[in-house]
Amino acid sequence: MMAATLMQTDVPTPEDSDSSKKVWPGRWSHINKILDRRGPFCDKSFSPGHGEDILLNQCRVLVIGAGGLGCEILKNLALSGFKDIEVIDMDTIDVSNLNRQFLFRPADVGSPKAKVAAEFIMKRVAGVKVSYYHGKIQDKDDDYYLGFHLIICGLDSVEARRWINATLVNIAQDDPERIRVLIDGGTEGFKGQARVIIPTVTSCYECSLDMLNKQTAFPICTIANTPRLPEHCIEWASVIQWPKEREGEKMDTDDPTHIQWLYDVALKRAMEFNITGVTYSLTQGVVKNIIPAIASTNAIIAAACCNEAFKIVTTSQPYLNNYMMYIGNEGVYTYTFEHQKKDDCPVCGNQSAFLDVDKEITVEDFIELLKEKPTIQLKKPSLTTDTNEKIYWQSPPFFEQRTRPNLEKRLSELVKDSGTIIVTDSTLPISLNVTVSYV
Amino acid sequence: MIKIWSIKKDNSSAEKKKSKISAAQIRVQKDLTELALPDTMQMSFPDESDLLNFNLSITPDEGFYRGGVFKFTFNINNNYPHDPPKVRCTQKIYHPNIDLEGNVCLNILREDWKPVLNLNSVLVGLQYLFLEPNPEDPLNKEAAEEMRNNRKNFEYNVKQSMKGKDVKGVYFENVLS
Repeated sequence: MMAATLMQTDVPTPEDSDSSKKVWPGRWSHINKILDRRGPFCDKSFSPGHGEDILLNQCRVLVIGAGGLGCEILKNLALSGFKDIEVIDMDTIDVSNLNRQFLFRPADVGSPKAKVAAEFIMKRVAGVKVSYYHGKIQDKDDDYYLGFHLIICGLDSVEARRWINATLVNIAQDDPERIRVLIDGGTEGFKGQARVIIPTVTSCYECSLDMLNKQTAFPICTIANTPRLPEHCIEWASVIQWPKEREGEKMDTDDPTHIQWLYDVALKRAMEFNITGVTYSLTQGVVKNIIPAIASTNAIIAAACCNEAFKIVTTSQPYLNNYMMYIGNEGVYTYTFEHQKKDDCPVCGNQSAFLDVDKEITVEDFIELLKEKPTIQLKKPSLTTDTNEKIYWQSPPFFEQRTRPNLEKRLSELVKDSGTIIVTDSTLPISLNVTVSYV
Repeated sequence: MIKIWSIKKDNSSAEKKKSKISAAQIRVQKDLTELALPDTMQMSFPDESDLLNFNLSITPDEGFYRGGVFKFTFNINNNYPHDPPKVRCTQKIYHPNIDLEGNVCLNILREDWKPVLNLNSVLVGLQYLFLEPNPEDPLNKEAAEEMRNNRKNFEYNVKQSMKGKDVKGVYFENVLS
């Protein structure tokens, strides 16, 4: 009884022998079938018989998101032998989550997802330690992310994915030992994708940004003048009427009174134009851009992600290279392909150069150097420091005038030795990071 | 356990240096520093360290709106260029594609936005709205109808509105300065 209470509320230490005693018979038998012998596809570095040790004692995994995908991922990881897991989520549990986010119960509504999910897994799967952080991924620094071997994302936002991707690529930039593999899962209705991102080696999330579906946006003139669909009426309420009638007030799509207001306004408009189909839940769906989540799609994608995690960590099988798509409403075939790195990717496509320059060089002469140097050859470079101070900008005139006085200054007054300058130019796909050493 | 770094290709020329600036910011920086602003457009930044919020004024040198100064605010979020910039007109003006609240009907600001477009495309689009208002996709229906049915009258209305006078009982902002 004591031990059970302890497990529900606290994070047990890995040495906690109480919880590992409860490991059920045959706990490792299915895993050992794969890890106790070599197979034709094993990596060179694979050595049979050490699986339990690798999964139990060596590998720390971070799961970002404890929602639809996150619940599945946590359950899969725990049951396939991962023992040291951490989960981050900033949300609290909503009653509408309960149909598919099976680590949560009605009594948990309102509690942090990360906390409830971590406690549930520890209670249910003996010997697993799940720590949690209820907050934003942006709260954590590079050292935090370096503390994991693997990061699995089950996120629902493009913004959060871009952030974690850029962070991991940045961390890995200088030193390959700092590469942390990112496994990204995503679902949208019947569709889903799983991918393996090895920062600086494979294409990154930012490289594939143009593959994203466009958010449905209606022409604003249609919304204003010729509505035909219930969605047009709802957009009219949120895009045009809200700023007009509730000027200065920020719309909160999680506030039921705000949704109700939008619904009432949209309904009135719909009646004027003889449009049917405006409902409260459609209003919520349109303004929050909700696509119905399907539990089985989450299960499939989470399984794919955890399978990759298992293979990468144990080296027992080749891992996904590097993108798998699942389109459940079209068929069971999953298309797998190697997504290519993009040269002009603003996260992993930045080129870099190292220049030795005279410590007396002026900014103006340095710019000339960037134009003339055969290996660089820029046309109209604009320069910014890595702390985001403008050195010299060619355009717009507003900034050109502000930064023009810098042209006569010595570069060393603005950039310290071995500092980095971010250079943009029309001839560059995105930017060039120039690191200068003064001689 | 796998040594991930052993898969890293031995490619010293691909060596990179990290920067702390977000992808959206670097992209905005690229867009801004490569802008070729015509004389008819001016930009200003209320907070010089904030590239994501700025003002634009357009002074058309031909067309119905010649001589006026039209002011817009640009608001770019951290999801740029996945999300388009948000553009509003800060003045109450008489224009078929701009409503009295400052909403702008320009396809590339909403339904036709793509990440390959950039700030320059948006500026060109806005400039074009003043040279060739499009009465087929109206946001201000009365103005659009006037333009379609009676161009002379429309032209007169535009001139009146730009002086800060009223058009059919609605007063507009004086944009001649």
